[in-house]
Amino acid sequence: MRFLMMTNSDPSTPAAPPTPEMYAEMGKLIEEMTRAGVLLATGGLAPHPTRIQNAGGKITVTDGPFSEAKEAVVGFALIEAKSKEEAIEYSKRFWGVVGDGAGTIHQVFGPGDPPPGM
Amino acid sequence: MESDIHRVIEAVWRIESARLIASLTRIVRDVGLAEDLAQGALVAALEQWPRSGVPDNPGAWLMTTAKHHGIDLIRRNVRLERKTEEMGRDLELQQALSNVETDPDDDVGDNLLRLIFIACHPILSTEAQIALTLRLLGGLTTDEIARAFLIPEATVAQRIVRAKRTLAEANVPFELPAGPERAGRVASVLSVLYLIFNEGYSATSGDDWMRPALCADALRLGRILAELVPQEAEVHGLVALMEIQSSRLRARIGPAGEPIPLLEQNRGLWDQLLIQRGFAALLRAQASGSVFGPYALQAAIAVCHAQAPTAQETNWERIVALYDALVQLSPSPIIELNRAVAVGMAFGPAAGLELVDALAPEPSLKNYHLLPGVRGDLLARLGRFDEACSEFKRAAGLTRNERERALLLERAAAAANGSSS
Repeated sequence: MRFLMMTNSDPSTPAAPPTPEMYAEMGKLIEEMTRAGVLLATGGLAPHPTRIQNAGGKITVTDGPFSEAKEAVVGFALIEAKSKEEAIEYSKRFWGVVGDGAGTIHQVFGPGDPPPGM
Repeated sequence: MESDIHRVIEAVWRIESARLIASLTRIVRDVGLAEDLAQGALVAALEQWPRSGVPDNPGAWLMTTAKHHGIDLIRRNVRLERKTEEMGRDLELQQALSNVETDPDDDVGDNLLRLIFIACHPILSTEAQIALTLRLLGGLTTDEIARAFLIPEATVAQRIVRAKRTLAEANVPFELPAGPERAGRVASVLSVLYLIFNEGYSATSGDDWMRPALCADALRLGRILAELVPQEAEVHGLVALMEIQSSRLRARIGPAGEPIPLLEQNRGLWDQLLIQRGFAALLRAQASGSVFGPYALQAAIAVCHAQAPTAQETNWERIVALYDALVQLSPSPIIELNRAVAVGMAFGPAAGLELVDALAPEPSLKNYHLLPGVRGDLLARLGRFDEACSEFKRAAGLTRNERERALLLERAAAAANGSSS
């Protein structure tokens, strides 16, 4: 099973900048998850996204920043785990390094997979 | 609620168990005892964590508990009448287990590698190697292994007990093989991983999900191994092969559960992330500077298919060249047959047929349905429909797969009507 783990940030209360220690710890965790054959891809997201919207066939593209955005995705990790519990366990380790904050964990469905809930 | 915490414990176990067993084996020098101690820690976790919650560092908790478990076990043994020699060993063990220092990080990898080598030790039967690898490295239960291999759980349990006894009786050291022995031991590990992978790959849609999950287990173990021995080209070759074959898992079975041959698969269903990982793994094999071995060559063939946007655009000349090299390295009639298919695609059906006809007397292919299947296909492409029809019928009579039989009979009927598909 594939899971997408995302970290969110609330622009109104920006997180403290990461310390060198945290960078080192994070590097170690990423290496460990790669070595365990679990981590498939990871990355950080640039703060100002481009929004694209289709309304009745008319496509609108708007560049950020968006002041009304409550929370933004700032980073992601795509992992291969045997169960949701295993994904959560890895996520716990991640948050143990990062400290305060919030994120989401989604199971990822691929082409040809039955849609969720079926 | 209780089952929730059990699933959490299972997840922690899957993450921690291999390292735990590896470190314990390093201390007690007996993989069987180490696994018993680790299992004891798991039982303790199942008893205590539902009440206390999962500890902050579950790996360290399991290690400490397993060590205490070991010390208790030895103390109990000491009270019984023991030979002096055994008591001396017990005392040593007790001291080793009392040492609270955990392994330095760089030892963790070496111990894991030692555990992989011992689980795939050539002294063990293939079945035992597979069971032990999945149990010790993959963190699978005997029940899960039994379901995946469609055998009774008691059989798996017995294989594991016997394997541990064999290793103990032969005094197999917990070591990193070096020198001329090393290549053979690495080859043994690779073949065990690929057997596990293929068992999963041969699963059909009606099977228990544990069977296809074997592909993921083997791939994960392969990725772990690739990080432990990055200098071994063939490890990257096997990982590349498994990544790319895994990329086709969704495309290779049709809606009715029928197998879909590679060239007829919907390439839009191939998993591009796994394909990219496969390319990257093969580049690592290349970067190691060694000549490609059989796994890297098979991976290179898989890459050719993955790179072709459509089946018609496949670079068959390159595939033929790769098969030429593969036949040199590991000659086998099945590889010769695959090479004949590639030659038929690259240089026309007549050239392919010539090679297939040369394989006809091969005893090991006598009852292999793909020989008449391939021959039928080449004959049909040459417009020799009567002969093609009878070859497809012969192939249909040989296959054990019902759906494949139906497909072959369809092709026989099409040939009878003077059409090649």
